[in-house]
This record gives sequence, structure tokens and C-alpha cells, in this order.
Amino acid sequence: MQSLTNRSKVVVKKEMSLWERLYLPAIFSGMMITVKHLFKKKATVKYPEVKREFAPIYRGQHVLKRDEHGAERCTACGLCAVACPAEAITMVAAERKPGEEKLYREEKYAAVYEINMLRCIFCGDCEEACPKEAIFLTDRIVPTDYDRKKMVYGKDILVEPVNQRVDVSKRQTKEVLEFKKHKEYAHNQ
Amino acid sequence: MELADLIYKTILVICVFGLALFVAMYSTYAERKIAAFLQDRVGPNRAGPFGILQPLADGVKMFMKEEVIPGVSNKWLFILGPSLAMLTACMTGVVIPWAPDFISESGKRYNFYITDVNIGILYLLGVVSIGVYGIMIGGWASNNKYSLLGALRASSQMISYEIAMGLSIIALVMTTGTLSVNEIANQQLGLWGWNFWSQPLGFLIFLICAFAETNRAPFDLPECESELVGGYHTEYSSMKLGFYLFAEYINMFISSAVMATLYFGGYNFPIIYNYISDPLWISIVGFLVMMAKVSFFIFLFMWVRWTLPRFRYDQLMHLGWKVLIPLSIINIVATGIWMYASGKIH
Repeated sequence: MQSLTNRSKVVVKKEMSLWERLYLPAIFSGMMITVKHLFKKKATVKYPEVKREFAPIYRGQHVLKRDEHGAERCTACGLCAVACPAEAITMVAAERKPGEEKLYREEKYAAVYEINMLRCIFCGDCEEACPKEAIFLTDRIVPTDYDRKKMVYGKDILVEPVNQRVDVSKRQTKEVLEFKKHKEYAHNQ
Repeated sequence: MELADLIYKTILVICVFGLALFVAMYSTYAERKIAAFLQDRVGPNRAGPFGILQPLADGVKMFMKEEVIPGVSNKWLFILGPSLAMLTACMTGVVIPWAPDFISESGKRYNFYITDVNIGILYLLGVVSIGVYGIMIGGWASNNKYSLLGALRASSQMISYEIAMGLSIIALVMTTGTLSVNEIANQQLGLWGWNFWSQPLGFLIFLICAFAETNRAPFDLPECESELVGGYHTEYSSMKLGFYLFAEYINMFISSAVMATLYFGGYNFPIIYNYISDPLWISIVGFLVMMAKVSFFIFLFMWVRWTLPRFRYDQLMHLGWKVLIPLSIINIVATGIWMYASGKIH
């Protein structure tokens, strides 16, 4: 029969010689292989003490950014919620009252902003959809919990504290900012 | 027997018992570490430095687990099974000499075996063959098909390999001319006195049979999890399961000690007597040498376990009956001819 690919091989089932049927040489060489591994470098990373470096584009726990004066950037436009393929984001918008200018950047803000971390697939579409540079995915790992309710993160967890800013400069490179200007590139449009 | 001797022997019994338990305990740790190292992993390293408290943690876990005795099982036999396995495992260490005799300045002789019966090897084989009851009774009393099949496999395997084991020892007994384990150990002075050199084939057969007797890989069919769930201990939980697993490790320790004593000179080591003259130190170093040999064999057990895949059952029986038994008979005949030719018998 003509072979379709040139990769076929003729298989022969040879009778084993007495030396091979003894099995002991084969066992011995196998044991030599395993004992070599005894002295090899271990592949394990001892996790909590040693942490591997994340890729620069790692997508972990979200952060809601504040602007340079410490006011929240999010205007509760809802584009992130629309973009979210897992429907993990919900929000309730509210109007800014006079005197709250230092808290919220624009007249409208998110009174409630919740991400269900059990639904989130960390695709980063929310970040891409955001017109206000308010939401970013960071290199922080979302911790596990025994309680489903605790996995719905509210603003208390998501908004960055004023004195502990979260660095997202790695995700705001020039290319990214340029890309975000051209909404027609985004795959969800 | 004087009271002092009685106290001395009691202390010795407790020491040997404690040693067996301690070594078995740390064998579980060593097994996991060696398994890990052979697979390029790190192994348990969280409980204590390098994970050395892991056996304690495992023990506590075993005791804390819920103890389930199946309603359909025979309760009396169900409890008897692991107890018997543990009992026979601990009994075998009695005839093994752990260190050279120590003669004090007042001329009193302290020996480091619990007893030196003149049929020591027969005693060993006898106790080992009782060991099968622990597994058989446990597996049968569970009233579970996996347990029963596991027990069946274990008992037929152990009985089959006992024959080859006994036959390989016969050749050894022919050359040594004694059944006393202590005397066999004493005879093997110097490196070239080791029985291994006169009985290499016998040792190989004994080694293979020891693997099969302790139900270790590649002969661990009785607890072959892909076919039999857990084998004979499927229904066991808590410390009764722990007893079975522990008994396996004690068996491993004892058979390592037996192999070291019968074939590798026990506490004898070629050079040490040239440098040490103090009898106390000879005893101590002899004990350490013995433990080093035992550790090597325990390592060998584990090394083989993480290298070889499990046998198929018919292959196991083929190896036992059609290969090892004829080989050991040939070994006996060859030993006889060799002894006749070298003028040891007439």
C-alpha cells in the first residue's frame, strides 16, 4: 500500500534475546536514570517564599484608579459592564453633590461598583473599554475565600487608596494608549 | 536468668521496638522525599525544617480521622487484621544482632540481640509466614470484593515467594553451616567474608523475594489502586489503616536488616577494627555500620519503587514459580557442587 505520508515505519516484533529476557540489565539502567534525577536541580518553586516574575501583561485583580488629585476617575458610564463577556461587573451611578469635587472627578460617579471575582475571566476587556482610564487589571492575585459573597468585590477593595497608589504604568505604554484611541480595533465592536 | 539480665533484656526489647518504630516512621518521610527527588520535586518541606516533623503530622492526622468499621464486616476479625500485621512485623526483629557484643571490664558480656535462638532463620521465616494472616484476615473481614481480591493476591503472592526465599536461604545455610543469625553475622569478618560473594545469586533471589514479601513495588499488586481501589485495606480508616501502612514499613526495615545481616556482614565492616580498640566504641561503630547498611537497603527499596512499573499478576506468578524457584534450586545444587569441589564437605 502506498503511504500517504513518508513517515510510516515498519514495525518488527523481535524475539528477545536471553540477555534482554533477564530484565536485570534493563532494570539496572532504569535505576541509573532515576538516581541521576536524585541530584538534578528541582523544578519546584517554593511558592510563598519564592515568587516567579509575572509577565508584564499579567491580568490579575482589578483596580479603580484615582486621578493625580486623588479623585475617582470612574464616571459609571457602564462601558466596562457592557464589554464584560462574563457579566461580572455591575454598578449604580450617582450624581456628584457640590463639595464632593475632591472625591469624584466628574459630575457622575459610581456609588456602587462591584466585580464578581467568581465570574470574572480576567480577559481585560473592561480595561480596554474604559474611556476614562479608570479600571485596570494589575499583577495582584485574587485571593480565594470560603464564602461566595465575599468574592463579590466592592469599591472598598477595588478603588486604590490615596496613599497607596497601584502602579499600572506597565499597562499604560504608549502603544496601549495609541491602541485605545482607535476603538475600531477592539474585537468587541 | 538474673534480675539484672532480665532488666537488660527488657531495655533492649524496648530499644529495638522503639528503633523499629522510629525507622518506620522516618521511612515514610524518606519515601516521600526520595520519591520527590527522583521526580525532580522537593517533597514535604513545611512541617519543621526540611519537613522533618511530617511523620508526626501524619500520625496526628491518622489518629484524628474518623474510624469507620463497616456494619457488614466481622468486627472482631476486622480489628484483628491490622493488629496481627503490626504484631508480626514487630516480632521479626528479635533475632537480629544489631551490634557486636560488648564485654565490660568486669568481664560481663552484653549482647545486642534480644535472643539468639539456634534456629534463628527458621524463626524468621516462620514469623514472616504468619504475616500473611494479618492481610488475609483484614481483607476477608472487610466483606468487600476489592479487599477480598487484594487479600487473595497478597496471600498467594506471599506464599509463592516464601518458597523461593526459603530455598535461597538453604544455600546460604549450607555455606555457613548454622541457622543462628548471630553466628552468621559473626562469621562474615572483613569485606571478603561477606556471604554476598559466595551467594550472589542467592542474594538476588532473596532480594526479589523480600520485595514481594513486603508487598513493595514492583510487586505491590495487593494494593494496586488502579484495579483494586486500595486492595486489602480499602475499608480501613484512621489508625487501623495506619497500622497496615506502618507494618509495611517495619517489614521493610526488618527485611533490610535481615539482608544486611545474612549477606552483607551485618555489623562487620572491613577496616574499622584496625583503628578502634575500645570495645564500647566497637559496639557503637558496629551499630552505626549496621544502620548504614540497613539505610542503604531501605533506600534501595524506595529507589526500585520509583523506577519500576507494577507487574501483571500472571507475570508475578510466572516469575515466582517458573523462574525463581528453579533458579534457587539450581543455586542449591551449584553451592553443593562448589562446596564439594573446594573440599568443605566430603
